[in-house]
Amino acid sequence: MSTSGRTRRAPASPPHGVFAALGDPTRLALVARLSAGGPRSIADLTEGTAITRQAVTKHLRVLAHAGLVRSIKDGRERRFRLDPAPLGQAQRALADLAAQWEDALGRLRRFVERGDPPRTPGEGLG
Amino acid sequence: MTGPTDRIVRSVEIEAPRERVWRALTDHVEFGAWFRVQLDGPFVPGAATRGRITHPGYEHLTMEVVTRRMEPPRLFSFTWHPYAVDPAVDYSAEPPTLVEFTLEPVPGGTRVTVTESGFDRIPPHRRDEAFRMNSGGWEAQVVNLRTHAQSPR
Repeated sequence: MSTSGRTRRAPASPPHGVFAALGDPTRLALVARLSAGGPRSIADLTEGTAITRQAVTKHLRVLAHAGLVRSIKDGRERRFRLDPAPLGQAQRALADLAAQWEDALGRLRRFVERGDPPRTPGEGLG
Repeated sequence: MTGPTDRIVRSVEIEAPRERVWRALTDHVEFGAWFRVQLDGPFVPGAATRGRITHPGYEHLTMEVVTRRMEPPRLFSFTWHPYAVDPAVDYSAEPPTLVEFTLEPVPGGTRVTVTESGFDRIPPHRRDEAFRMNSGGWEAQVVNLRTHAQSPR
């Protein structure tokens, strides 16, 4: 495979929302809490933390928007559970970009060691 | 604090002195030869360098980097926009990622490590915005301008 120039081929579905959602320490902590067990209520999630209900609600909304959290109506209470699929997608997207960097570094090594510019035919660089 | 999806780190060992590797990384013609891009000018800290991808099948794509640091022969860095692949889309309002190349001497050559970071800073609504921008129209321009105005950089 690939050959691929590091041309920033986008992965099939670049999960930007996931990257941003996980970039916040409070949300990361919520994800950690949710990954540790079954569905949790907002009360469960605020317990033992300094975070307000409102803040948790807001962060859950961001996580839900990124597809990382789903809410389930449980009687009168709403519970939240983690959906790990987008996390996997995010990791695959990064793995794809990492593979593109590996290709590029391989071309850099060959270029320097062999003095062999891997040029495309017909193009007049330099 | 950054999340588990914030950065990519890869490295390679090259049988050549650091000064040689430094040139291959920072001379824009040499960079273009292995990276497969035809750049329109040298890398200058603080300035943008643009180019056209020369990799077969991707020639319709362009790239733009803003050089951050050039500290020979150990550190070269630039910012750019990840996934910025559609020339019809203006990505300038999005936070860029930072690409850093570090060069260390190792027995018999040089270790080059590339770190790309900042993926977590890409805003959650990015995909929606990109979609609207793709479909064109004023709404997209307004979203774009507003995002840009609020951007910390």
